[in-house]
Amino acid sequence: MSDNQINSEVHTDHPTSLQYFKIAVILVIITAIEVGIFYLEFLGYFIIPILLVLSAGKFYLVAMYYMHLKFDNKLFTLLFISGFTVATGVILALMALFRAF
Amino acid sequence: MTLFPIQISIPSIPRPVKPTGLWSWLTTIDHKRIGILYGVTAFILFLSGGIEATLMRLQLSGPELDLVSAEVYNQLFTMHGTTMIFLAIMPMGAAFFNFIIPLQIGARDVAFPRLNAFSYWTFLAGAIMLKLSWIGGATNAGWFGYAPLTSVSQNPGTGIDFWIISLQILGVASLAAAFNFIVTIINMRAPGMHMMRLPVFIWMSFITAILLVLAFPVITVALIELTLDRYYDFNFFNVANGGSVVLWQHLFWVFGHPEVYILILPAMGIVSEVLPVFSRKPLFGYSTIVLAGAIIAFMGWMVWSHHMFTVGLGPAANAIFTITTMLIAVPTGIKVFNWLATIWGGSIKLNTPMLFSLGFIAMFLIGGISGVMHAVSASDAQQQDTYFIPAHIHYAVFGGAIMALMSGVHYWFQKTTGKMFGEILGKFHFWTLMLGQNLTFFPMHFVGLEGMPRRIYTYAEGMGWDLWNGVSTFGVFILIISFLAFMLNVIKSWKSGPIAPADPWDARTLEWSIPSPAPEYNFSEIPQVKALDDWWVTKQENPDIEVPDALENHSIHLPQPSYWPFVTALGILIAAYGVVFNDLLVPYLIAGIGTLVTFIGVYSWSLEPVNDPDEHTSH
Amino acid sequence: MAQSEIKDTDHVSDVEHEVTSTGLNHRKMLMWAFLGSDCMFFGALIATYLVYKGKSLSGPQPIDVFDIPVTSVSTFVLLMSSMSMVLAYSALTKNNMKVFRIWMISTAIKGATFVGFQVYEFASFSKHHVHVECNESHEMTTFETEVFEAECKPGIDSFSGEYGLKPQTNLFGTTFYTLTGLHGAHVTLGVVWLLSLLLLSFKKGVITKEKNVDIDLAALYWHFVDVVWIVIFTVVYLFGVFPFS
Repeated sequence: MSDNQINSEVHTDHPTSLQYFKIAVILVIITAIEVGIFYLEFLGYFIIPILLVLSAGKFYLVAMYYMHLKFDNKLFTLLFISGFTVATGVILALMALFRAF
Repeated sequence: MTLFPIQISIPSIPRPVKPTGLWSWLTTIDHKRIGILYGVTAFILFLSGGIEATLMRLQLSGPELDLVSAEVYNQLFTMHGTTMIFLAIMPMGAAFFNFIIPLQIGARDVAFPRLNAFSYWTFLAGAIMLKLSWIGGATNAGWFGYAPLTSVSQNPGTGIDFWIISLQILGVASLAAAFNFIVTIINMRAPGMHMMRLPVFIWMSFITAILLVLAFPVITVALIELTLDRYYDFNFFNVANGGSVVLWQHLFWVFGHPEVYILILPAMGIVSEVLPVFSRKPLFGYSTIVLAGAIIAFMGWMVWSHHMFTVGLGPAANAIFTITTMLIAVPTGIKVFNWLATIWGGSIKLNTPMLFSLGFIAMFLIGGISGVMHAVSASDAQQQDTYFIPAHIHYAVFGGAIMALMSGVHYWFQKTTGKMFGEILGKFHFWTLMLGQNLTFFPMHFVGLEGMPRRIYTYAEGMGWDLWNGVSTFGVFILIISFLAFMLNVIKSWKSGPIAPADPWDARTLEWSIPSPAPEYNFSEIPQVKALDDWWVTKQENPDIEVPDALENHSIHLPQPSYWPFVTALGILIAAYGVVFNDLLVPYLIAGIGTLVTFIGVYSWSLEPVNDPDEHTSH
Repeated sequence: MAQSEIKDTDHVSDVEHEVTSTGLNHRKMLMWAFLGSDCMFFGALIATYLVYKGKSLSGPQPIDVFDIPVTSVSTFVLLMSSMSMVLAYSALTKNNMKVFRIWMISTAIKGATFVGFQVYEFASFSKHHVHVECNESHEMTTFETEVFEAECKPGIDSFSGEYGLKPQTNLFGTTFYTLTGLHGAHVTLGVVWLLSLLLLSFKKGVITKEKNVDIDLAALYWHFVDVVWIVIFTVVYLFGVFPFS
C-alpha cells in the first residue's frame, strides 16, 4: 500500500461520450438477442447458459465502464466482487440444498 | 452556466459547541466518547441479560418449580439470547473498535465521525425497542426465531414484531459501523502503517467488519420475509401454500454462523494484544494469526447447516457440513498454538488483563472441543437441542468472548480514564468469574448427555438432573458476586484510582505513546510508523523517550459535533414503534412521522459540511 | 482526518482534498463496500425466488402472466438511464452544468418510467384474466389446466374469469413481488436522490467540476440498481418458463 497521497481523481483513461453511447448500443443489442433467443424454443435448456453468458456480458460492461471499475483502483473491484462472489455462492448452495437443480 | 440562478438558502441550525454536559454527549462524534457510550450501555444490557439468565436458572434449580410460567420462561430464554448476542457482546466489541482503532492506526478519528455517532444512537434505539418489549409480552420463539413458531397464527401478539424490528434497527447500526471501520482501517492509517504492520486487533476488527457487511443483509431479507408473512399474509414460510420453514433456518444461519465469528474474532484480537505485552515477547507468528483469522472468516460461510443437522437435509448435506465444520477448527487451533508459543519463554506478568486472556484460551478451548463433538452430524443427533449445546455456547461466548472483553477492559481502562484499575478487586473478579462460569456451565455437559432438553421450563422429578442443575444455579450466584466486584472496581478506580501513566504496561502499540487518558486530538503529531509494534521499536531505539503531557491549548482541527445522527436515530425509533403499533389513531401515522423525522435528519446531515467553515479555533 | 503533509494548524475544510492512505476518496470506498453488501441483500432475495421457483401449489405461474415484450421495453429504459447517468457525470467533469442537468433529469425520468412500468405490471398481474375453451383440446399451461379442471363441467363451453396474481396467491406471487418490489424501491430511492442532487446543483458552489463526488456516488448506486435488474430480467423473466425442478 502506498503511503498517504492527496486524494484526487487520478484516472488513466476516461471513456468519451461517444464510447459511452456505443456501450449503450451494445447493451441494447445484447438485450435484443436475449429476448430473441427466448423465443427460440428448440434451444430447450441450452437457453440457460446462453442467457447467463449474455447477461454476464451486460453486467461486465456496466460495471467496468459505466461504474468505471476498469480504470479505478483494483481495491474497488475487490470490495464489490467479494460481495458478489459470496452472494452467488449462497444462491447456488441454497439451490443445491433445495434440489432446485 | 446556470439556467436560472436560484438563491437557495437552507436554514441552518448552528452546530453544537459546548464540550461538556448532556448535549455534548448527545451530539458527540468523538470516537472515544462513542466508545465509552457503547461500553457502558452494553454492560448495563449485559446485566439485564444476566437477570434474565438468573431467573431461568432459579426456575431450573430444582424439578417442577413454578417460579415462572412456561410462557414467561420462553420469553426469558429468547430475550436472554438476543440480549447477550446483539445488545451485550457485539456492542462491547464495538466499544473497543471505537475507542481503539483510530488510536492503534495513528489517526485522529474514524473516516465518518457522524456515521459513527449514528451507529451508537441507532443501536440504542434497537436496544430500547427490544428491552421494552417485555411490557406486553416479549418475543418467545428463541433468538433464532424459527418458523412457523413466529407466524402470526401461532404468535399473534406484538412480541415477535418487536423482535423483528429491533433486529432490523440493530442491523442498520451494525452495518453503519462496519462500513465506517472498513474505510477507516484501509484509508486512515498513519504514514508507514502498512497493512502487515497493523496490530492484530485491527486485523480482526477489519475481518469482523467485512463479515458484518456480508452477513447482515441476509438476516435483513429473512426478517423482511417474515414481516411480510406476518403483516400481509405472504407465503414465504407458509407450509399450507407450499412454503418451507427450513428456508427460514437456512437464511437465518447463513447469517447466524458468520455472526458467531463476528462475536469471537474481536475477542481473539484483544487476546493477541494482551499476551505479547505481558509476556514481554512479540506475538508468535503474526502473519499466521492474521491469515488464520481471514481463513476462519472465509470458511465461516461454508458451515452454517451444522445448526440444522437434525432437520432432515439428507446424508450428503450433513456429510459436507460435517467436513467443513471440522476443518474450521484447524485455523482456530493454529491461533491457539501461536498464542501458546507467544507465552512460552516469556517474562510473564500475571496481572488481571493477562489472567483474563489466559483464561480465555483455556475456556475457549473447552468450547472448541465440544464444538468439534457437535461438528460430527452423527453425534450431534444426540446432542442437538440438549443442554450439551448451551454448554458449548457458553464456554465459547462466556468463557471465550466475555473473558477476552474483560481482559480488554482491564488492559485499556487506564487509557480511557487516566486511572489505574484496581488489581486486587480485578483478580478477585477474575477468579470468581472462572469459578462461577465453570460451576454454571460445565455441569450442562453432563445433563445434556443425560438427555435434558434445552428450552424447557421445568423437568420432572426422578430424571436424575437435579444435582447438576442445582450446581449450575449455584454457579450463577458466584458470577453475580464476580460482576458486583467488577462494578465496584470500576467505580472506585474511576473516582479515586491512582493516576495512570501513558504507558503503564510498557506495551507495544501506538495507543500507549500518547497520554492517559487519551487527549481529544489523540496524537499531537501523527506518528511516522517504521515497523510492526512501532511503539516498542521506538522505545528500544530511544529508551529515555517520554510521552509528553496532553496539550492544554491546541489548534488541531477536529471534526465537529452534530445533532443529526441523534435526530436520525430518533426518527428511526419513532418509525419503528409506528410499524409495530400501526393501528393507533390513523394507521401508520406514527410510522410516517418517524420516517419524516428520519428524512429531516438525513437531509440536514448531508447538507451540513463535515467541518463548519466558520469555525477556526478549537476548544 | 489531517495526515502528515498537512500541518496540525492547517484547517482542512474541503473534504475532497483529504489525505488518505490509498489516495482513494473515503466516500467512494464506502459506496463500493455498500454495493458489495447490497449484493448479499439481493442475493438472499434471488436465492429465495429460485428455491421456490416451480414449487407453487396453484395459481398463475410466470408463463401465465409475464409479458416479455413489455418488460423488455422497461429493461431498455433502465439501461438507457445508466447511459444518461454516466453522460451526466461526464458533463459535470467538463464543467458543463447545463448539459449535466439535462442528463440528470433524463435519468430521473427514465427511472420513474421504469417504476411506472413496474406499477403497471403489478396491477395487470393482479388482475390476470384467464380464458379456457372446454371443448377443443389445445395446449394449456399448468395453471390453465387447473382452471380447466375446476370450471369445465359438462355443458360449459368455455370459461373466463379473473384469477389475479397477488403476493398471497402462491409462492411465485410472494417471491416475485417481493424481489421486484424491493428492487423498485431501490430505484425509487435513487430517483429521489437524483432529484435532490439536481435541485442542489442550483445552489452555487455545491456541485462543481471539482466537487463531483456526490454525483459519482449517486451514479454508482444508480448503475448498481441497473445491474441488479440485468440479473433479475434474465433469472426471473427470461428463465420464467423453466421450472428447474
